[in-house]
Amino acid sequence: MTEAQSAPRAPAASQRVALMITCLADMFYPEVGERIVRLLRGLGVEVTLPAGQTCCGLPLFNSGYHDEAASVARRTASLFRDADAVVVPSGSCAWMVKHEYPGLLRGGADATAAERLAERTWEFSQFLVRRLGRTAFESDVEGPLAYHDSCHLLRGLNEGAAPRTLLANLKGAQVVPLPGSDECCGFGGSFSVRLPEVSTSILERKLANLEASGASCLVACDAGCLMQIRGGLARRNSPLRALHLAEILK
Amino acid sequence: MTEPIVSTPLRERATKALGDRFLHEALDIATTKFIALRREAFGNFPEGEHLRDRARAIKEATLQRLDTHLETLVANVERLGGHVHFATTAEEARDVIVDIARRTGARMAVKSKSMATEEIHLNEALQAIGVTPVETDLGEYIIQLAHERPSHIIAPAIHKTKGQVAELFSRELKRPGLPADPEVLTKIAREELREKFLQADLGITGANFAVADTGTVVLVTNEGNGRMATSLPRVHVAVMGVEKIIPSMTDLAVFLAILAKSATGQKLSVYTTLVQGPRRPGELEGPDEFHLVLLDNGRIAQLAGTLRESLYCLRCGACLNVCPVYRQIGGHAYGYTYPGPIGILLTAMLNGPRSVKDLSHASSLCGACADACPVRIDIPRMLVELRREVDDKGIAPWTERVVFKTFARVLRSPRLYRWGARIGRTAQRPFVRGGRIRALPFFFGAWTRTRDLPPVAARTFQERWREL
Repeated sequence: MTEAQSAPRAPAASQRVALMITCLADMFYPEVGERIVRLLRGLGVEVTLPAGQTCCGLPLFNSGYHDEAASVARRTASLFRDADAVVVPSGSCAWMVKHEYPGLLRGGADATAAERLAERTWEFSQFLVRRLGRTAFESDVEGPLAYHDSCHLLRGLNEGAAPRTLLANLKGAQVVPLPGSDECCGFGGSFSVRLPEVSTSILERKLANLEASGASCLVACDAGCLMQIRGGLARRNSPLRALHLAEILK
Repeated sequence: MTEPIVSTPLRERATKALGDRFLHEALDIATTKFIALRREAFGNFPEGEHLRDRARAIKEATLQRLDTHLETLVANVERLGGHVHFATTAEEARDVIVDIARRTGARMAVKSKSMATEEIHLNEALQAIGVTPVETDLGEYIIQLAHERPSHIIAPAIHKTKGQVAELFSRELKRPGLPADPEVLTKIAREELREKFLQADLGITGANFAVADTGTVVLVTNEGNGRMATSLPRVHVAVMGVEKIIPSMTDLAVFLAILAKSATGQKLSVYTTLVQGPRRPGELEGPDEFHLVLLDNGRIAQLAGTLRESLYCLRCGACLNVCPVYRQIGGHAYGYTYPGPIGILLTAMLNGPRSVKDLSHASSLCGACADACPVRIDIPRMLVELRREVDDKGIAPWTERVVFKTFARVLRSPRLYRWGARIGRTAQRPFVRGGRIRALPFFFGAWTRTRDLPPVAARTFQERWREL
């Protein structure tokens, strides 16, 4: 697995960042957004929230509705037109913006905006490590942690290192390896409801690996994976937890 | 259209497969082993990544000039005394081979493992004219005895446990009480097959590669059955998709260095058989006649199609082994000759977009397939393209199209999006208990039957923002 190549940069004197909250975090996990805002402000970063955000359009794109996805992308690119840097709490949404927006809007009036946005967009852990060069945080949870690679962050953005760097440097935390950490959790957006039995069967493998790891908490950088994994843990009344990386850093 | 048109819906086939305890066990053991072996093989082979790029570049360049390379191949095979047949469809390919069998008075054909002959349903056609096809690859032999079809590109009997194979051999070979011991079972298959090799008039193989410059057909096997099938019978017929052609022996070295590592984690397969035409004067072994059947069957149209990249495929099976969906449901649930991620693309290539209406969605788009592919085929990208084709051509159900188009409207309008959140909060009220949703009606039940759903937050992040 190749890691993203860019070296950590020193934090600029004053950082301004626009938060792309994403539909899942906005509607279901607002506390993740709050943690990110507090953490970034604590690091001296000014956080803005461009108004009128909805969703990046990934569900439309993945199901093949590309004209519709492009119309959503066009809108998002325009919302974030003036941002110096954009932080996204989910690897999959960051991938959509960085990887697919330029292609969707190529040749149109918004092509440049899409390319600029792609260059300036960071997944949350990447932003901390690669843009701010900040890796020392304290843990806000007890017990051993295990990291789950979300597919789009790991294979889409080639980023397995930044979250692991943060966890490895996390004061007061014990991090254990998760067997099959790079395997899909079975979410896959509409896949999870088109083939729910298969999706759940894949999830069961992930949950079994989590149990085998000895961790009391799984850490991930994608709200989609968390919805799937938490949904499975809750249904099984499991004592194990699944949290977004932002929820354990302080 | 040559494939079986499956009648039960994909979800039903998949669910049935999930309920098969033996299948689950067999798949888990085999794919876990394949993944570890592949990882180890490439871990010990630092030049592997470069060779993967090189192999991909060779495939790209070769397909750019496929016509020229095919002309060279044909000229060289003919120069060596072989015959070349071009088949546009599966039916044409069957007819060519049936004619050869008839003309040479064949009664029995030994076959080395070949997905191309599966694709054209050759065995049935041979049986229909009284020629007995005998599969000689151990896995293929097992499934032929079981009257099944391959469930994996390189490990056709991957869905069977050794216990099941022992029972099958005991029953079908009339040798009751065989132990579930792979060594014993392999020896028995060897005994049975040795006879067939000596009796057969026809040897039928696929081809992993055909080298245009030298007219060489290359077979990669682990059991040596490829060598037997190409040297013992009077007539050898090799069937291959046109995309398997490579320009030169130098190119072959690149592919051989990565093929077995991707497939089974071996440095090289046990046998690499190179065949050049029929037996020449003075040679002791080899067939009297050699035929090469070049199969189009939808491939050439994809040279300029959305599935072009799938023509790079080496049929190593690595994408199947790492696919979370394949690992759960196995190959038969896909319903067509080629299973797994690449199989969905090949199914579309052979049968058109209608055949993958549901299959194109049998992927979480996790990308493990593209990562494992020795020639880095971007399978998830093409799956998405297929989904798009299915939507655009009106093959997807109209209800789905309405849902997604409405969804898009909501996402374009922050006002509708906020209403959506509000409607969700109201509608979910009867279903939220202790901060979780355990059951929802209609379509949403697909999620909640096995997983909890978080309720829409009392206040969304954007609603809280001003106070932060």
